[in-house]
Amino acid sequence: MTKVSMTVNGKAASGEAEGRTLLSSFLREELGFTGTHVGCDTSQCGACVVHVNGVAVKSCTMLAVEAEGAEVATIEGQAAPDGTLNTIQQAFQDHHGLQCGFCTPGMVMSTAALLKENPKPSEQEIREYLEGNICRCTGYHNIVKAIMAASGQDVSALAAE
Amino acid sequence: MPKDSGIGASPKRREDVRFLTGTGNYTDDINLNGQAYVHFLRSDMAHARINSIDTAAASAMPGVVRIFTGADFEGVGGIPCGWQITDKHGEAMQEPAHPVLAQGKARYVGDAIAAVVADTAEQARDAAEAIELDMEELPAVIDMKAAVQEGATKVHDDLTSNLCYDWGFVEENKPAVEEAFANAAHVTTLELVNNRLIANPMEPRVAVGDFNRATGDSTLYTTSQNPHVIRLLMGAFVLGIPEHKLRVIAPDVGGGFGTKIFHYAEEAFCTFAAKALNRAVKWTSSRSEAFISDAHGRDHVSTIQLALDADNNFTALRTDTYANMGAYLSTFAPSVPTWLHGTLMAGNYKTPLIYVNVKAVFTNTVPVDAYRGAGRPEATYQLERVIDKAARELGVDPIALRRQNFITEFPYATPVAVEYDTGDYNATMDKLEEIADFAGFDARRAASEAKGKVRGLGVNCYIEACGIAPSNLVGQLGARAGLYESATVRVNATGGLVVMTGSHSHGQGHETSFPQVIAEMIGIDESMVEIVHGDTANTPMGMGTYGSRSLAVGGSAMVRATEKIITKAKKIAAHILEASDADIELKDGQFSVAGTDKSLAWGDVTLAAYVPHNYPLEDIEPGLEETAFYDPANFTYPSGAYACEVELDPETGKVSIERFAAADDFGNVVNPMIVEGQVHGGIGQGIGQALLEGAVYNEDGQLLSASYMDYAMPRADDLPFYQVDHSCQTPCTHNPLGVKGCGEAGAIGSPPAVVNAVVDALQSMGKDVTHVDMPLSPARVWSAMNE
Repeated sequence: MTKVSMTVNGKAASGEAEGRTLLSSFLREELGFTGTHVGCDTSQCGACVVHVNGVAVKSCTMLAVEAEGAEVATIEGQAAPDGTLNTIQQAFQDHHGLQCGFCTPGMVMSTAALLKENPKPSEQEIREYLEGNICRCTGYHNIVKAIMAASGQDVSALAAE
Repeated sequence: MPKDSGIGASPKRREDVRFLTGTGNYTDDINLNGQAYVHFLRSDMAHARINSIDTAAASAMPGVVRIFTGADFEGVGGIPCGWQITDKHGEAMQEPAHPVLAQGKARYVGDAIAAVVADTAEQARDAAEAIELDMEELPAVIDMKAAVQEGATKVHDDLTSNLCYDWGFVEENKPAVEEAFANAAHVTTLELVNNRLIANPMEPRVAVGDFNRATGDSTLYTTSQNPHVIRLLMGAFVLGIPEHKLRVIAPDVGGGFGTKIFHYAEEAFCTFAAKALNRAVKWTSSRSEAFISDAHGRDHVSTIQLALDADNNFTALRTDTYANMGAYLSTFAPSVPTWLHGTLMAGNYKTPLIYVNVKAVFTNTVPVDAYRGAGRPEATYQLERVIDKAARELGVDPIALRRQNFITEFPYATPVAVEYDTGDYNATMDKLEEIADFAGFDARRAASEAKGKVRGLGVNCYIEACGIAPSNLVGQLGARAGLYESATVRVNATGGLVVMTGSHSHGQGHETSFPQVIAEMIGIDESMVEIVHGDTANTPMGMGTYGSRSLAVGGSAMVRATEKIITKAKKIAAHILEASDADIELKDGQFSVAGTDKSLAWGDVTLAAYVPHNYPLEDIEPGLEETAFYDPANFTYPSGAYACEVELDPETGKVSIERFAAADDFGNVVNPMIVEGQVHGGIGQGIGQALLEGAVYNEDGQLLSASYMDYAMPRADDLPFYQVDHSCQTPCTHNPLGVKGCGEAGAIGSPPAVVNAVVDALQSMGKDVTHVDMPLSPARVWSAMNE
């Protein structure tokens, strides 16, 4: 076991990890950030996406020890301190972009990364970017719509096409 | 103007806030003090004799608490099956024993042979690798038709064969059906496969067993759609724990789609081991494990025949299906190809004579059970594909052929034992023609051609029987459970309400939609109503959520309980207002005496119920809490018409979905936003089945599609925006809300639309292709194009 220290959502956090402990397990089981979900074991589903030093990472593809000293952002740190949802979270609620909620943390964290590099993505760009995030509930319709809305695009006509 | 509250409004979902902020409480988020972890050692052979299991070395590994094998479960009950089918000869189906851990033989890749409990999950996994197994591989039976040949290897030595049952429905109709076929002007025949699927809710299954030695109480936290059903099945049939000593909690559950209905061995194991070890025991499935241990869905091979007269009226239908049960009978498996499939073969059409034969077969594969739609997608797919083929053979418009044969008068008793209460199939087809813009199809086809692509249009209808189900009817059909629902409505002194429901929400949004109903009934704000579900200790008996039943059955129980509340509250109000009960009206949260200006607020009455100073104590008890059980009088029958437009790449065979439209009739709608979301999700899964998904076994019984690297889950770029409409509404006549249910429709209605569209595209290229089996992968479509 090794002591691993990092900053999570702006606060110092540390815990014990084996060499093989994944960042996803470390966040969930050692640090208690259970908002990061694990939906597969082949780095396909994207439910575990977090940001490490500002970059979206599937936290199951990274060892906890590799995140030593890193700045990690998880779903728990996305809303304002008073609980107000951020723009992306609010758009997901407004447009019913989630049902069971299990893939949602990864969707929100991936969307944040997408909008950082592409502030007004087209429908096709959103769909391609979400290649690594699987949702089984929504058929993606309202997720794509929510992301377009979060990026300031008018989605009121969407139902027509 | 859309409403902003009550029935018909679309308030934002209150559950979203916790899911969007990482503060949900899923089963894997639950960790109990001192818990141990279990890892299941699973068979890597499809069929093998277990000669010996040597756990000595593994037991000495660090952190190992105890290793369990099948021998530890001798004398413990097996995993029960909840439905007994009677075959066409009047005999009960063959029902094999289903031990918690394999005894003597492993019968599918994934069958659990041993369970290692250790201090950490890693230690349990490491120790499992040190178990020395002496297994003798036996021939595996994978193909259903081969499995029922004379002399085939038997999955279960103590059964007479691999045939679970041979079911005929309605057996007495068979001679008349044969005669109608003999006299038909035209007969269309189609052989097709309804591909085997894996439900894949994004949250893998988890179970945490706990035991309190001081009280003797067991608790199971589990990823279930129906915690009370698990309590009953596991308590009564497996572990012998009475309900009052067993609590089952299904907290936030990350999707179900059917595969979280069933009682699984891992749940029984964790509960059993917690007691044996006096220590909480947790199991978290990996996705790889889910592929080989969650019940699979569909997997039917069918031949369907449609007889028509010279005027193209449907005169008879017959279908023969082989349905895969896998190696053991999962909880509701036998009912899926029979009562959830045979009873739907009339579809939207007035075909007078129908005969359905189903042979359910054991194979060395993962058990197969209900998956979103369960039996109804299989029925719809056969019917809507054979009608499309008949239209092509006869050279008539497929929509006109359907319209000509629509049922138009209701109630309508089908020849397959159900009675549709309401519907208007022409109305949904009219709506579909409008929203799918059939008028613009030729122009879109020309535009596709101009870029070297081939466009096809597929249309189909569907009907489903949901709002499951009348208990007396399903009892006659072999169900070993009742299928009512219950609700307790507790009104607090200051006027807020808590509804404890037996329905379970795992994505459906009950916490938002159920309060809308109560708010409408009482005339109060939805924020005054809280929904409690998912815990057998603080909800009344419930049968859970599946078969699009939550609002139609669970919601109806809630309405009935609320009606009792209102009746009692009116009595209290009448006493205080010195009026007769009959003169009290409740509107907008105010009780008033008809024809006067005397009134009392809702909160005044609820307070009086708990502070009964001026109260009719001689007539009624204090307090305001009521329970109702609701058992539906009939199924509900949502219906609709779906259209898909595909573009096919003639170079590669790749199919892309260009447009998808759904016109549904769900009766009354409580929350349109949630209903549309349910339809979107169902269509996504239906397109997944049609184009992408398929569980594939090789002949040795190895599951080749056992991860997201190999099993093609639909991703965002596989799917389009959908056009959905639910404005055609023929309310259900037998439940108080007039609702029909919407959860499964999309998955039932969409696969035939996709396949019909691809066949249309192929035909438009001049190819004589009448069918391609799902999933319509580029390889299959390319082969069909180039045959």
